[in-house]
Amino acid sequence: MASYKPTNIPVYPKLGEKVTEETLYWKNYKTPIQIKEFGAVSNIHFSPVTPYNFAVTAFTRIHLYGLLSQEPVKTFTRFKDTAYCGRFRSDGQLLVAGCEDSVVRLFDVSGKVALRMFKGHTKAVHVTDFTSDRYQILTGSDDYTCCLWDIPNSAQLNTYQEHTDYIRCGVTSQLNRDLFVTGSYDHSLKVFDARVDKSVMTINHGHPVESLLLYPSEGLLVSAGGRYVRVWDLLKGGQPLVSLKNHHKTVTCLALSSNGQRLLSGSLDRHVKVYNTTSYKVVHNFDYPAAILSLALAPEDESIVVGMTNSILSIKHRKPSEEAKETAGHQRRRPSYRVYAHRKSYVPKQDDYLVSKPVRQHLAKYDKQLKKFNVSKALDTALETWIRGRKPEITVAVIRELDRRGTLKNALAGRDEQELSRLLSFLIANLVDARFAPVLITAAEMILDIYQSIIGQSPVVDKQLLHLQSLLERELDYQKDLLEVLGMLDTMFASSLPKIELPCSGISTSNGLPQGQSTASRPQILAA
Amino acid sequence: MVEHGDVRVVHKGGSKINFREPALSTDSRFLLCASGESVKVFSTATEECLHALQGHTDLITGVLLRPSNHLQAYSCSLDGTVRLWDFTDGILIRWAKSNRVNIWCCFIYVWTVHLHVCACTELFQLVAVHLPQCGEQLVEAKELSAVLSNISSNPAASAFGREVRIFRCLEVYFFKKHKSYSFFLKKDNQKGGKNTFTCITCHPTEDCIASGHEDGKIRLWRNFNHRKEYTYSTLHWHHSAVSSLSGTNLLSGGVESVLVQWRYNQESQRDFLPRLGGAITHISVSPDGALFCTSHSDNKITIIQSCVKVSAVIQGLVKGDRIRTDLMIEPRSKALVLNGKPGHLQFYSLQRDKLLYNLDIVQQEYIHESGLEQFEVVMAAFDASGSWLATVEERKQKAPELELNLKLWAFDDQKQSFVLNTTISAPHEGRITALCFPHVSDGQTTMLVSTSRDGHFKAWQLAAPAHTEDEGPSWSCDFLGAYHSLVPECCCFSADSSLLAVGFQEVVTVWTPASWELLTTLSQPPGAVRDLCFGRLSCSKYLLGATTSRLLCCWNLLTCSLEWVTSMDVSLLLADPLSENMAAFCFEAGSTDLFVFKPGEPRPLFSHKALCSGRVTHAVFVPREVMLESCDEASQWLNCSHLYFLTQSMDLLTFITKAEEDKLTASSKQLVVSDDVAMTPFHLLLGKHRDHSAGINEVGSLTLRLNRFHRPTCIFLCSMFVQSLLISKEEEMESEKEEEDSDGEMESRISRPEHMPSGESGCAAPALTKEEVRELRRLKKLDHSWMKGLLD
Repeated sequence: MASYKPTNIPVYPKLGEKVTEETLYWKNYKTPIQIKEFGAVSNIHFSPVTPYNFAVTAFTRIHLYGLLSQEPVKTFTRFKDTAYCGRFRSDGQLLVAGCEDSVVRLFDVSGKVALRMFKGHTKAVHVTDFTSDRYQILTGSDDYTCCLWDIPNSAQLNTYQEHTDYIRCGVTSQLNRDLFVTGSYDHSLKVFDARVDKSVMTINHGHPVESLLLYPSEGLLVSAGGRYVRVWDLLKGGQPLVSLKNHHKTVTCLALSSNGQRLLSGSLDRHVKVYNTTSYKVVHNFDYPAAILSLALAPEDESIVVGMTNSILSIKHRKPSEEAKETAGHQRRRPSYRVYAHRKSYVPKQDDYLVSKPVRQHLAKYDKQLKKFNVSKALDTALETWIRGRKPEITVAVIRELDRRGTLKNALAGRDEQELSRLLSFLIANLVDARFAPVLITAAEMILDIYQSIIGQSPVVDKQLLHLQSLLERELDYQKDLLEVLGMLDTMFASSLPKIELPCSGISTSNGLPQGQSTASRPQILAA
Repeated sequence: MVEHGDVRVVHKGGSKINFREPALSTDSRFLLCASGESVKVFSTATEECLHALQGHTDLITGVLLRPSNHLQAYSCSLDGTVRLWDFTDGILIRWAKSNRVNIWCCFIYVWTVHLHVCACTELFQLVAVHLPQCGEQLVEAKELSAVLSNISSNPAASAFGREVRIFRCLEVYFFKKHKSYSFFLKKDNQKGGKNTFTCITCHPTEDCIASGHEDGKIRLWRNFNHRKEYTYSTLHWHHSAVSSLSGTNLLSGGVESVLVQWRYNQESQRDFLPRLGGAITHISVSPDGALFCTSHSDNKITIIQSCVKVSAVIQGLVKGDRIRTDLMIEPRSKALVLNGKPGHLQFYSLQRDKLLYNLDIVQQEYIHESGLEQFEVVMAAFDASGSWLATVEERKQKAPELELNLKLWAFDDQKQSFVLNTTISAPHEGRITALCFPHVSDGQTTMLVSTSRDGHFKAWQLAAPAHTEDEGPSWSCDFLGAYHSLVPECCCFSADSSLLAVGFQEVVTVWTPASWELLTTLSQPPGAVRDLCFGRLSCSKYLLGATTSRLLCCWNLLTCSLEWVTSMDVSLLLADPLSENMAAFCFEAGSTDLFVFKPGEPRPLFSHKALCSGRVTHAVFVPREVMLESCDEASQWLNCSHLYFLTQSMDLLTFITKAEEDKLTASSKQLVVSDDVAMTPFHLLLGKHRDHSAGINEVGSLTLRLNRFHRPTCIFLCSMFVQSLLISKEEEMESEKEEEDSDGEMESRISRPEHMPSGESGCAAPALTKEEVRELRRLKKLDHSWMKGLLD
């Protein structure tokens, strides 16, 4: 005797975004904490030492935030004008920042007043950084120059005047104290060596350069400018490695994930894209409410901090890992387990004859009712609110099964106003879904056939029927538009395809087709 | 034309076992059922066929136990004979033949000494036959006395009771009184109901008749000794015609395949056994009432214990009314695959004539209701290595509401069965007309081509798992091709899968699957191309096509020109996978002819006119396990493969060569005659004692004769067996004396079997060396007397 075969619930392919491990990793962040700053957040920099505070440069202030705090732990306000590029030294003790008033200030993280003021630039300083020996500072300014300063005696060591436009980005090498790279609005990147007084390498990015990033190995350099993110191989003399064009507005900031496997780029188009650094494919995408100016990742990717033009700072923290959660739950439930433990602990020995219990088939409620041929009840069960809302495919599968059994009409008939309106609301919600339409259209026709005599008796049902009608009209218009587009596309494809000449056999008489017809026949290959 | 001298068409397996009600033996151990021209004896415990009682020359129409001897059974057949069998040993005891000419037996009943046979001559008559008690095997039945005439040929419409005989329109005939009464139901009770009688049965001990009706009602008739005072009560559970009734506790079944047991006199209490399979056609009960068995329309017999529990299922080859799929061969098990139960594919072993298993394709609860459109498996295809199976199922005939599913099944090595991999709902907008895999012999198949009425053909590709999801690879559409919005009817891959030919009505298009380019078109108007087939091996440059305008065309692909064309109405074109041979079944003047030919040669290898009546639309080449070495010209084409085909009447036929037939008959004769066992050490050990102890003889014969399913218990046999091995004192003395004799004499003595004169069998058996004989002797001399103590 065969057992009852439950209703087959089709699994529909998930449309849109594919779920990958990457998505799971990058989705595993809590809802962002949003902090209102005083102006557009132009730079964010994490302290390289614990407790990993980060400096947020916005308008005339630099705020220091703790990793988990929502209030600034410290504020530097001694700027006369807009501050730029607040950066920590590699020991986390000193902070440097440029300013619109062309003065570069150096702060002790614990103090308030600037320790040193470096004056020498004539225009706003947008780039500041420490060199890897920790005693010098690199600055780049809108006066087209970049300088190296000595910290102890605040003297200007060297000036380079090679760029022909504003210098808006620059990085120092972490491995060599003499190397640094600057990017400018003149579309070029220049690599400088402090030991010589000229740039050692010039690379053309093709667009005003907005951001620069050196890989930890410093073999590769990433530049962002315009809509492009470009990767250059420094060891091969600045050879372009790859060019990424995934944003549709200017890319403003770059960041590298902690293990160096992923590259992040933020743009004015309000997206942050995550690239795989081996394949340079976009593996994930974050959406933000406003144009992004700055971006930073905490060590171990514990949080993503993004600053936007609308002066909002958004901080996303990683969710605690699953294992920690599980062990916590396990501990709580342990006592109740212990009661039943002895039953499970028996392990069959080698010669034991195992008598397997007949496995009872578990059936869903609607299947049990279908098994008993209670068609109306089965439909009621399938129309329960949570199934209808969460898993409409179950409801549709039950309707399809009833239709297959030829009893859909019986199941639909004999319903009161409330039940009928429930049915109609389900139809309204799902009728235009392409996956369900073939089944639901049959059901809708049957409902109209059965209940046409009571139209006009209930205002609720009438309203829903009118809604259904307008929905269908809208859908029809939509389909018509789509068909028009399809037709246009077809003609475009047909004209763009190369005309294939068929190899026409010499003995056309035996081939059957007349000569002219044979040459005229071109396969209609549709792009599948 | 080559004459078909020594190649014969024979029936091959898969006969109906649900044609007539099966009979259960008195001890409920055996089940006898009519199966084509033989009666098959099944074991009810193990479902195995023990033996077939062969002898009838036409369809057997009834099997019945002999009431006076529970080891014998009658069978009657359309050849006009009634035979009496000893069914445990499979021996024909007697057979009776009528002296009248045109007589076919439809069913038989035994009442006291008379054998009643419903025979149809010109008019349906029930005749009583008296079989004379004489020793001869063939008896001519002279005493034929017509008892009743004009009865139905359907055995369900008549039944025997204690002393009554009843049939349709409720005519009750009393054998003792030779009287008959008729009862009628009012034609129009209530709903203008269809209350026609469908079946009838009698209570074995009481005066009660149950009749089943078209409207699903069962009526119990009582008090029918008087014409006026009869009463009846109605039981209603079935929703359409009741097809079978039986037993003391009334059993009923019908198209919904639910067995209903009604308690006698407490009719409100019912037991149900649902979902038995196909519609129930017959129910029979064993004489002791311990077992029921139901025959189903899907060629199945279910054996049910009286506690309403299924204990065994005997399944034959399922032959639905329509076979939609082609006949196919599963490459791994070499099983024949075709439509089985509704929504299933059946895997049938041709060697063992046994259904291996059913694969559930549709995976939906089957609702037994007439007029309901069900999902049907309409197409299936295996790839060359047998690791993929593609099936197409469809529902609803009307074009706009057509529901189509394309399913792809992967072979699972652990489960040894096919497991669903991908379901593609609505793969095409129209019906699928053809489905084919490329013939990749070495690597994995990763492509499937389907053509459809919607004017497209699609190539499906096995895609690697997307990203890092846990699912395995699945199939998706790779290419969609069309040609001038013509409808493709057939497609075929070349032997090396480098070319794909798709027949678009009158035009054959040849594509390359590597880049999906259209290479060339071939055409031979008028008439659409119906069947396409590439040649193989040395003929792989040929493409053959059969058109609707009664033409068979052969194109040469090297020159892209027509090689030859011949006028024949080909209904099926097949290529042998192991040779260049092709078979064409042609429909000509109401019957089918077969031509076997090589595309490159002008003369056919073999032709057979008037193979059978009607069109042959299903056939398959089955690769042989062992190649034949026949060099005879006419039968050479059968060297690599068998050719099986299904006729319109759903008979599975095949071709057999003379040599093969001879071998078969010889082996079967040998089986009967040769009773002696090979000379093994065990035989020597036993053989010596056979003369002395009757016990071992008994045990040996007992174990030999009884088949392996019905052996006596081990304890019973063991004591006899061990006892026979023990050597009594006197024997031991003798054997010691023998040892002193010369070796030559000893050998002859040992090799002497118990009954036959020595010599003949001795030389047949493998001669034992002297060392072996000595070893045996030493073994025998060991004292086994301690065992005697144990036994006592």
